[in-house]
Amino acid sequence: MSYVEVDEPRKRVLFMGNEAIARGALEAGVSFCSGYPGNPASEILETLAKAAKKFNLHVEWSVNEIVALEVAGAAAAAGLRALTAMKNLGADVCADFLMTVNLSGTKGGFVLVTGDDPSAHSTTTELDTRNYARLADIPLLEPATTQEAKDMTRFAFELSEELGVICMVRTVTRLSHSRGVVTLGSLPREKRVAGFSSQDMWTSGSSAIACMFHSVLHEKMRRAQEKFEESNFNQYVGKEDGDFLIITSGTGWLYSLEAVKLLGFQDRVGILKLGTTWPLPEKLVASHLKHAKDVLFVEEIDPFLEQNVKMLAAELIAEGIGPIRFYGKKSNHLRSEFGAGTGEIDSDTVIKALAEIKKLDYFPREKEYSEKASKAVGSYVPARSMGLCAGCPHRASFWAIKKALQWDGRNGIVAADIGCYSLGLLPTGFSVEKTLHCMGAGIGTANGFGNLIRFGLDKPVIAVSGDSTFYHACIPALINAKWNGANILYIVLDNNTTAMTGHQPHPGSGVNALGNASQKILIEDICKGIGIEARVQDPFKLEEAVQNLYEMLQTEGMKVMIFRHECPLTEARKREKRPRVYVDQDKCIGDECGCVRFCTRVFRCPGNIWDYTKKKAKIDEAVCIGCELCADLCPVRAIVVEEVA
Amino acid sequence: MKMKEDPLNIIITGVGGQGNIQASFIIASTAVQNGLFVSVGETYGASQRGGVVMSHIRLSEETQYGPLIPKGKAHVILGFEPVESLRTIGDFGNKETKAIVNPRPVYPIDVLSGEATYPATNEVLKAIKDLVYSVHVVEATELAKEAGDTLMQNIVMVGCLVASGFTPLKVETVRGVIKEIFAGKNPEANLKAFELGTKEMRRIKPL
Repeated sequence: MSYVEVDEPRKRVLFMGNEAIARGALEAGVSFCSGYPGNPASEILETLAKAAKKFNLHVEWSVNEIVALEVAGAAAAAGLRALTAMKNLGADVCADFLMTVNLSGTKGGFVLVTGDDPSAHSTTTELDTRNYARLADIPLLEPATTQEAKDMTRFAFELSEELGVICMVRTVTRLSHSRGVVTLGSLPREKRVAGFSSQDMWTSGSSAIACMFHSVLHEKMRRAQEKFEESNFNQYVGKEDGDFLIITSGTGWLYSLEAVKLLGFQDRVGILKLGTTWPLPEKLVASHLKHAKDVLFVEEIDPFLEQNVKMLAAELIAEGIGPIRFYGKKSNHLRSEFGAGTGEIDSDTVIKALAEIKKLDYFPREKEYSEKASKAVGSYVPARSMGLCAGCPHRASFWAIKKALQWDGRNGIVAADIGCYSLGLLPTGFSVEKTLHCMGAGIGTANGFGNLIRFGLDKPVIAVSGDSTFYHACIPALINAKWNGANILYIVLDNNTTAMTGHQPHPGSGVNALGNASQKILIEDICKGIGIEARVQDPFKLEEAVQNLYEMLQTEGMKVMIFRHECPLTEARKREKRPRVYVDQDKCIGDECGCVRFCTRVFRCPGNIWDYTKKKAKIDEAVCIGCELCADLCPVRAIVVEEVA
Repeated sequence: MKMKEDPLNIIITGVGGQGNIQASFIIASTAVQNGLFVSVGETYGASQRGGVVMSHIRLSEETQYGPLIPKGKAHVILGFEPVESLRTIGDFGNKETKAIVNPRPVYPIDVLSGEATYPATNEVLKAIKDLVYSVHVVEATELAKEAGDTLMQNIVMVGCLVASGFTPLKVETVRGVIKEIFAGKNPEANLKAFELGTKEMRRIKPL
């Protein structure tokens, strides 16, 4: 059930932040949408893909983020309204194009949405993409509520089109993946036509031309700043001319309001909430700094507002404003459990900062209660680590890698990549992986590790990536390895989907973002084109898989193994019945067996559980998906597979 | 409808795959139909892979609140799993918190592998009782099985929450939302699970 397509202005609906962004784009009359899957931004494109038919949109999952930004940029240059959505690290991937398309400009509204992930819930770093807006000198909007997520996205298109420059909307996990009430606006009736005439030029130029465009960009930003001074997305609440000021943006706004309320500081603290954060609306900020003696900055990840406002404050000294005492990340007042400038903020973070500054004690609960609660949690609550799903083929692949490396005996290095299989660093993947950075860095760094023999590092080198990651970022490094003679065994874990981000298709899936059939671009064909033979193997045929890997580890050069088995979560959706797997508890020897609870202790599939009353192994039939792998590994063959008629 | 607590803070806690997000969606959608301001904060993404999943639901007649409930400020905790209920109470519970708990354990991989131990369920429930105003224990997985599928324990628990009177939500409105959400996907079984939850909640006494 989705209200994203409903044409009922003023209707109040419940939206996830990402749905609100998609709705904002539809209300702005977007025609062309692109992106690459990644939490917390994936649902933006997914929502638009569902609406594609009704609204006659082009929606594509592009092969990676720079291609996504380029295709959308072209549509916008041809006069359409175009949106590209990606997670924080996607901004790194598309940065090259961003740093030139800011100069070349746009005809139609062109909006880049980036989803930051404070606390790195599902990312390998806490990149703050607002810095890219400052670096590229493009307008930046930071929605604070689900309503603003919709309204600001719509406004970003209008602003981009009016100024002729790409605009950025920055969301964070707590907005993208939260739900809130949104009042719908109207949907446009106008249909646009794309055009690129023989007089049109679309380039950042170089030398004098590039400098000229750079100067034009600065002029565009001056105009953006003028508009931001008057924007309704910025607001002030609290005491008129207050001397204690909170300056905040994004999720910090609602957290600050609640913190001030819980501390009863409504009459003592003013809150300036900025929705337009680059370029900074300097006159607006200065009008509040004029009265301020103390300023606390409340924002996610980097001290972005903090630095920009402090620069402004330095200029204002000459006008008699200040001195002002600043609090925030630099002063270490706004800090999460990990420290300042890292980890998510929340109302408690703001309460703690305010209480420290105002030298107050604040306890959400009586001390005695808190002690009792943490004691109970400490005594009873076990850790709950992440693990691969029941029936995940990666579990079989990691087992095969572990075995092959054991047989080989040279302590080979496994360089990993970004996806579900990043969990191979953890015990759930038998901790076989030893390096992890960004998309494509597995095979990239393996190019280095695999060329160190003459410097004394004589070990087999394995690179691991998933299928979607293969297309996204691994092909140049694969060519490089062949060209520069690295010794690598590259294992592609091909489960026919982009699983980690919610099962989006990729170039090998045979369908596109809209679910329409497309030609499968096979990994083995690409390898063959580079002159590398790739073996294809089902990892669930475990003995064969180990044997194959071992053989490949004994040869030199660039080799590719494709472990191909569909993700059980997508497979289960298609399957009508699954085999029943259970433990024959007469055969299972329990703790007396020399296997030391192999199925639960070593194999660690959530479908394998322990029957604490009978002290024997058991299968959780609600969780087991019937992959049968544990049945092959049980030393006494106590795990039974029963085909269901 | 005047809410006694504003905002009313509800937390649904459990593990990946238990249907937290669906349950919070039903509750939040009902509240929107009642004209309330609603915020739902959810943690998922990587936590889908067997980790802790928690939904914060905040209802208000006055204004939109942030998606995260401050520490110690939960009014109601709907626990799909016993130790996860205790973990959540440890951070967000207080003496006035009301808990509704499904006592069926979902063993963490750390327990199955022998690196951690899982406590006896009655001890966990006792620890919960010591920390909150009231705790209702509902065999939601068993009731869901009765309705046709153990996976519907989340809907049974929603039934319990609505029948508890801890929220301003009405049974009839929730039934309408369930019909709408599960249109074409076996609404009858889900309505039955919901019904069983409401009946059970009216039948049982707190611990």
